[in-house]
Amino acid sequence: MEKSAYEERSRYQQMVTARTPKPKYAKNIALAYLVGGAICTLAQAVFNAFSGMSLTKLEVSAATLATIIALGAVVTGLGVYDCLAERGGMGAAVPISGFSNTITAAAMDFKREGYLLGMGAKMFVIAGPVIVYGLVGGFVVTLIRLAFAGISG
Amino acid sequence: MDYVKAFLVGGGICAVCQIIYDNTKLTSAHILVGLAVLGAVLGGIGIYEPFVEWAGAGALIPVSGFGNSIVAGMLLEVKRLGWLGLFTGAFEVTGLGLASAIIFASGVALLFDPKH
Repeated sequence: MEKSAYEERSRYQQMVTARTPKPKYAKNIALAYLVGGAICTLAQAVFNAFSGMSLTKLEVSAATLATIIALGAVVTGLGVYDCLAERGGMGAAVPISGFSNTITAAAMDFKREGYLLGMGAKMFVIAGPVIVYGLVGGFVVTLIRLAFAGISG
Repeated sequence: MDYVKAFLVGGGICAVCQIIYDNTKLTSAHILVGLAVLGAVLGGIGIYEPFVEWAGAGALIPVSGFGNSIVAGMLLEVKRLGWLGLFTGAFEVTGLGLASAIIFASGVALLFDPKH
C-alpha cells in the first residue's frame, strides 16, 4: 500500500516535469540583459548630471540611487514596472529600482489589510531579507577584515 | 564610454542572475539576497569599490551595490568611531536609499491602487 502510493507520487512527478513549460533561456537572458542594461544606462545619465554639480563622490552616488528609487516607485504606481518585470525578469528585479518596486508593490497590495498592520507592517515583505542578510553579511565581513587588518586598516 | 560600460556591466549582472534563476529552483528573493551578500563580501575584500569606480552606475545600481554600500559605510564609521562604527555605519550610505524607498513607496501607495 505504502509502495504504490509512492509509485503514484513519482509517476505524478514525472508528468509534472514533462508538462512544465521549459523557460526560453536565450530570450530570457537577452531580455534581462537589455532591461537591466537600460536601467543602468539611465542611472549613468543621472549620475553624470549630478557629477556636474559640486557634490562629493558619495553624494553623487546617493543622489543617483535616490532618483532611481523614486522613479522605480512612481513607475510601479503607474503599473508599468509590472510589465517590465514580466519581460525583463531579473533585469528588472536586480537593479535598485526593482528593490523599490517590491517595497511599493507590497505597500499598495497590503493597503487593503489596513494602513498600520497591512501597508506599514508588510511593506518590506520581500525587500526585508535583502536588508537583513546584506547587513548581517556585511557585519561579519567587516569584522573579519578588521580582525586581519586592524581597526585603522 | 561610461554609458557603454554601465550598460554592459549592469546588463551582464542581470543576465547572470537570469541564468541562475532559469536553471535552479532558487526564487528571485534568494538571488537578490545572494547578490547583496556577494556585494558585501566583495566590498569587504576591497574589490567592489574599484569596480564601481570603473563601471559607474553598472556596478552601483544592481543590488550588489547595496551590499557594498553597507560595508563601505561601516568601514567609514569604523575609521571615525572605532568598533562602534560597525553599528553606526550600517546605514551611513544606505540610509538615504532606504529612507527614500520608504517615503516614495508610502506616497505612491497612498495615491495609487494595484492595477491587477
